[in-house]
Amino acid sequence: MQTRFIGKPMPRKEGREKVTGRARYIDDITMPGMLFGATVRSPVPRGRIKEIRFDPQIPWDEFTIVTAQDVPGSNYVALIVNDQPYLADRLVNHAEEPVLLLAHTDKYLLEEARRAVRLEIEPLPPVFTLDESDEKKEIIWGEDNVFKSFLVEKGNVDDVWAGADFIVEGEYRTGAQEQLYIETNGVIAVANPEEGVTVWGSMQCPYYVHKALIKLFNLPEDKIRVVQTETGGGFGGKEEYPSMIAGHAALLAWKSGKPVKIIYDRAEDMAATTKRHPSRTRHRTAVTRDGRLLGMEIDFVVDGGAYATLSAVVLSRGTIHAAGPYNCPNVRIRSRAVATNVPPHGAFRGFGAPQSIFALERHMNKVARAVGLSPEEFRRRNFIREGETTATSQVIREAVDMQRLVERAFELSDYRDKQERFARENESARVKRGVGFASFMHGAGFTGSGEKYLQSIVGAEATPEGRVRILAANTEIGQGTNTIFAQIAAEALGLDFEQIEVAQPDTANVPNSGPTVASRTTMIVGKLVESAALSLRQTLQNSKLLADSYSPEDFSRACRDYLAKYGQLKSFSQYKQPAEIDWDDEKYRGDAYGAFAWAVYVAEVSVDTLTFEARVEDFVAVQEVGRVINPTMAAGQIEGGVAQGIGYTLFENVVWRGGRMINNQMTNYIIPTTADIPPIRVHFEEMPYEHGPGGAKGIGELPMDGAAPAILNAIENATGLELNQIPLMPEQLMEAFRGEHA
Amino acid sequence: MPEATEKERSGKVVVRCTVNGRDAELSGFPMARLLDVLREELKLTGTKEGCGEGECGACSVFINGKIVNSCLVPLMQVEGARVVTIEGIASDEQLNAIQEAFIETGGAQCGICTPGMVMAAVNLLDRNSEPTESDIRAGLAGNLCRCTGYMKIFEAVVRACQHSGVKR
Ligand code: FES
Ligand code: FES
Repeated sequence: MQTRFIGKPMPRKEGREKVTGRARYIDDITMPGMLFGATVRSPVPRGRIKEIRFDPQIPWDEFTIVTAQDVPGSNYVALIVNDQPYLADRLVNHAEEPVLLLAHTDKYLLEEARRAVRLEIEPLPPVFTLDESDEKKEIIWGEDNVFKSFLVEKGNVDDVWAGADFIVEGEYRTGAQEQLYIETNGVIAVANPEEGVTVWGSMQCPYYVHKALIKLFNLPEDKIRVVQTETGGGFGGKEEYPSMIAGHAALLAWKSGKPVKIIYDRAEDMAATTKRHPSRTRHRTAVTRDGRLLGMEIDFVVDGGAYATLSAVVLSRGTIHAAGPYNCPNVRIRSRAVATNVPPHGAFRGFGAPQSIFALERHMNKVARAVGLSPEEFRRRNFIREGETTATSQVIREAVDMQRLVERAFELSDYRDKQERFARENESARVKRGVGFASFMHGAGFTGSGEKYLQSIVGAEATPEGRVRILAANTEIGQGTNTIFAQIAAEALGLDFEQIEVAQPDTANVPNSGPTVASRTTMIVGKLVESAALSLRQTLQNSKLLADSYSPEDFSRACRDYLAKYGQLKSFSQYKQPAEIDWDDEKYRGDAYGAFAWAVYVAEVSVDTLTFEARVEDFVAVQEVGRVINPTMAAGQIEGGVAQGIGYTLFENVVWRGGRMINNQMTNYIIPTTADIPPIRVHFEEMPYEHGPGGAKGIGELPMDGAAPAILNAIENATGLELNQIPLMPEQLMEAFRGEHA
Repeated sequence: MPEATEKERSGKVVVRCTVNGRDAELSGFPMARLLDVLREELKLTGTKEGCGEGECGACSVFINGKIVNSCLVPLMQVEGARVVTIEGIASDEQLNAIQEAFIETGGAQCGICTPGMVMAAVNLLDRNSEPTESDIRAGLAGNLCRCTGYMKIFEAVVRACQHSGVKR
């Protein structure tokens, strides 16, 4: 198909503002009379608040002070389960839990004041790890510490063990991961009883914040307005957390009658906001002598932290992805998200899937070894094909060819040659080298019936300049929303790229097109952009202002004529689930996702047996993601995700003490720099997806899934060490080597 | 001068320097961070804060032609100095070759690290007009980016070298 914009590397819409420093992020904005806000947080992980003491050195009468008693509506962050208070009242359930808010015009005095509030808290016994929580010695949430559990059943796994030639078991663990977007969380709020509440801020999902503020203030929806400002990275870290900080700023603004800005400094952002869920996965796999999967039993647990937040949904995605792109007739997956007394873990790119896929792809290597096959041969015999079913019994209707992706990835990475060469050279070398890979899939869009309930709406509007403006709540957070939407609309309408504008997400102006999460923006919302744009054109044509064939200038003129005649022109399009999607929420069975992206990633590593440093030397990422809308941006998404994955595996170690992150600084929580990232070579196999705009599927989260298992598989290839826990730091490598040679 | 007395009373100092080629009088506490003074007094908000402790490079500026992290520079240190920020890199509507290259290659995603990255890249090419890949990696190692995985940023630097007229 000839296209003008789909598949073209169109430059980023807001690129010029970003490279000149003119783009305005929340901390670049001030308002007259604005106060700064700060949060007083619990120093203990669990306990009863006895007293709040104010040091008399501070002129407290100059401060606005807000506690739980000042909340005008309901004191919880409305999301899935309403268990998390905006401000702790009698109990605290994690260190860094917000207890009291302060505002003042002078930032420096504010900081002194924050330190001068003493919280007297009588400690209760805390639970810090998922294992402790799972053992239920102490109940800290609900009746059993369990936020949510799932059971996925396919066939009957109980019948397979007796007839299996091999039964292979394994346990795999992943740690927390800090978001480390370079712009910390921040908002400005204006709030008073007459005008209601307005919040500007760095965020992914304006309508999440909107929903939460309605409850917090007990105001009607038209009295709450939420506006996204330029956002310096999200990755999930600005999915649910902005509801918290927005509420805090709004409470201070409400009480003081002044605009209030809260910007977290790096230490606060790292210590108090959400991270990736730590996890533990146990596998038990039955396989035949010739390497066919008979049954998989998987137990998957994630640590949700102190409150439910999005853990149920993270768990869901992790659960559905736990058995991967393999055809296995009998599967049972049991999973649960459990409570601990640490700050709530939250959405982070991949959303549970990187954890369960790490386990699976390490385990597949183990099973291969048990059977006596190479990792690639074992996988080849079990890859899922069109017409076969996933763990949730979803019939694959795409012409998926995982083996072709493997071949492509091996070719690009020189996998076979390297494997042979390294095996030869490693013998005598101090620095051992190895290659490894992971094969996986990632579902795009909300799980199961999620998209159906969301009922997303997108609008297209004609502007007085004769352009088309897209109205959607989906945010540009660096991933290219503005540009991709403009490409889709320009292509659909046959207009110039510059003729499309994308409105700033502002709940007063844009309809609820759903959250910017789950790799759904391009595939689901982009499709709505396309249909809203087309229906706008239909209106112009029906009114006889636009002929069947037209030039971009004709289109502009028609828009202007229409506005002159009728005042305004807007058209909307709402999501309709493709008829063949069938999902059973009770049994957790059926079509979990409208489409999957499929991928094979290859890592090459070196391991220094003296310094115990492991490095990734080369990385090849091959994926099938439908039609690629913007090759530059798509590759940028993959490269960025792989870099985060490398960090997750070898660099990023959250150090906990007493339920707090104690290395909450960039000096001692290390993410990869330019010196650490290998060449990342990205390749797309393109197969248009019929329900995506221009044939596209979602890609944002996919690249987070593959790096960790590919790297640990490569380290196994280099050293023979079976390492099943990340992050893998030099200390663990040293211990593993010593254990081996003891 | 009543103004000066006011400033003295509050412990503030006035520092004279040039910022992006213009004379500037900056007032603040002697130990105020240059980063804050640029952003709050001069409203030059293109210089970003990522960490406040010299790790991320988002706050990079030039002082007398040397690249520094402005979150670590106390105001009093710029007395008489030439300060250049991201706002001083493009001349009016004409972008610097590096800025152009960042747009073309996709070197900016969320954009929060970008001003600092552009400063570091300008600095690198100023010193070395034909950097190798390892020069580029070393030259940008003080600047963190969480979005791009750095590949497109490297590409931007390479592309900028190919264009002529890289200048600060
Ligand atoms: S803010 Fe100055 S180096 Fe990070
Ligand atoms: S582009 Fe987002 S941090 Fe670099």
